[in-house]
Amino acid sequence: MAGKNLLDKVWDLHSVRELPGGQTQLMIGLHLIHEVTSPQGFQMLEDAGLPVLMPGRTFATVDHIVPTDDLSRPLADPLAEEMLSTLEQNTEKHAVRFFAIGSGHQGVLHVVGPEMGLTQPGMTIACGDSHTSTHGAFGAIAFGIGTSQVRDVLASQCLALVRPKVRRIVIDGELGSGVTAKDVILHIIRVLGVKGGVGYAYEYAGSVVEHMTMEERMTLCNMSIEGGARVGYVNPDRITFDYLEGRTHAPEGEAFARAIEWWKTIVSDADASYDDEVAIPASDIAPTVTWGINPGHAISIGESLPRVESLPDDERGSAEEAYGFMQLEPGAPIAGTRINVAFIGSCTNGRLSDLREAAKIAQGRKVEAHVRALVVPGSELVKKQAEAEGLHEIFEAAGFEWREAGCSMCLAMNPDKLVGREMCASSSNRNFRGRQGSPTGRTLLMSPAMVAAAAVTGAVTDVREFKG
Amino acid sequence: MSKTEKITGRRGKGVVVRGHDIDTDQIIPARFMTSIRFAGLEDHVFEDLRFTADGTPKGHPFNEERFAAASILVVNRNFGCGSSREHAPQALQRWGIGALVGESFAEIFFGNCIAMGIIAVTASADDVGKLMDSIELDPDQEIAIDLESKTVTWRGGSAAVSIPDGPRQQLLEGSWDAMRNLLSASDEIRATAERIPYIDGF
Repeated sequence: MAGKNLLDKVWDLHSVRELPGGQTQLMIGLHLIHEVTSPQGFQMLEDAGLPVLMPGRTFATVDHIVPTDDLSRPLADPLAEEMLSTLEQNTEKHAVRFFAIGSGHQGVLHVVGPEMGLTQPGMTIACGDSHTSTHGAFGAIAFGIGTSQVRDVLASQCLALVRPKVRRIVIDGELGSGVTAKDVILHIIRVLGVKGGVGYAYEYAGSVVEHMTMEERMTLCNMSIEGGARVGYVNPDRITFDYLEGRTHAPEGEAFARAIEWWKTIVSDADASYDDEVAIPASDIAPTVTWGINPGHAISIGESLPRVESLPDDERGSAEEAYGFMQLEPGAPIAGTRINVAFIGSCTNGRLSDLREAAKIAQGRKVEAHVRALVVPGSELVKKQAEAEGLHEIFEAAGFEWREAGCSMCLAMNPDKLVGREMCASSSNRNFRGRQGSPTGRTLLMSPAMVAAAAVTGAVTDVREFKG
Repeated sequence: MSKTEKITGRRGKGVVVRGHDIDTDQIIPARFMTSIRFAGLEDHVFEDLRFTADGTPKGHPFNEERFAAASILVVNRNFGCGSSREHAPQALQRWGIGALVGESFAEIFFGNCIAMGIIAVTASADDVGKLMDSIELDPDQEIAIDLESKTVTWRGGSAAVSIPDGPRQQLLEGSWDAMRNLLSASDEIRATAERIPYIDGF
């Protein structure tokens, strides 16, 4: 009999029982909550007269609505203040750990969980946010849920879910200079499509992934959902264990040694079976930029925008819609596209290594006069670490605004928004119409280094031109 | 709506929203999700597709009087891609939608619909196209979705629909609100927690 992949091992361990019709009642080992999807969940619990079953397995922070310039209370937006206050009250009432603004650990939940050592291999993790797949970088099975399911986890520490199939995506070879984890995942989405992952968990493997840092693996897993895969994961290894060692909520001492031995057992077996396998040569991947209105509308920096007639039939409609919205010209190179805003941040690319890469480009250069540029650290801790390295001074000297931690312009629920038809070079994860706060605002997704390059030239630019 | 309602199907007028990959940001833009309550989302469903930035109406089925009483939404491929936030199906349900027929749905959006008692069934692209054409020609007709026979019927036609067995059973049995069912396994929950090494810190 063939061995098992990580998803099957973790799923079987957490299976409480099988439910009729092919669903599993799955125990959720770690529940992360934020201010946007939890208030109604707590209210439903209250209406049902139920407690939080395992408050010690739930952790909260505030990230979507938090301003990144003025954090004084009450927040300037009364709705944001109400949302934050409600989370504070709910976490206090139910004895849920809350990382408040100013605690040193507030920030984007998918940055905070890992940096606090909460996210660990072999866990099942749920959060009311699609980018929960980020935590799969550790070899956890992590997925986004909606508010009714947030209520279910609070009440029962369980969810009713269908076990996904597993597609192994093998990326072998070496990435070229200037090619980052963001480019890898944008390339995968381009190749497999925005629906390609529906019904699947993605297992990322191959020498490229084996050599990635944890922060790079998080970027990779984060955008699994953009490819339709609710879950994306990487098998844990020494890189994972080293990252976790010494973190606040990670096991310590002898427990850490025992944890490592256990974590090794949940790695996919060498003879594990998969429902599908896809090979992607690293040599195919170049710095990648989106041009349209979903993350699958992406091309390499050296390419020209695709002509509608060259696309598969079922993609022509959305391409035409994209061109109408983006006001870009088929056949034109993507390089040279003028931008108005540059945004570095988000759960996809708001970590310390992301800021370092962007700072290398910003160093000694100036943001173009017509560009507004924001750097938003993914958490208070990232901000502190970046400042200890002097990154904020590099950015500010270059003309970037150095901000407080939060989701910010990734989805613009806070005051950081595009205006009118502004075009934004963004290190975030979605380029849907209106995503960044203006109904007619336009988004080009790319890596943080590429965003910095665009900021200092005023247009989409091949970052490799800066690397020599 | 009773939380234990058995949902064997839906009958009602239809509304058509054409286009593939309609994401959750189109269904409910993030800037309208800042309330701690779901109430009011219905005022902003498809907002940016229906209105210009200054509030002038654009052409959109949800703006058309002939679809104002619709409760069955017919869509194309990969509807609801994007966010796991439940705000998108909440906006639709509060607007009056009780069922969707589509070529396909994003996985999390689909799960959220079922959790809220919204029927979401798929049909072939050809059948969806016929249904769309029929509704647009005759918006006042009644569309019927039957989960027992797995069909959608409209004036002049009918088609097979698909829905995974688990969610279908949940709707039919009135157990689509999963919480009570999950809690009924309290002994098994405790036993599972005891066998997971990290729960007690290794």
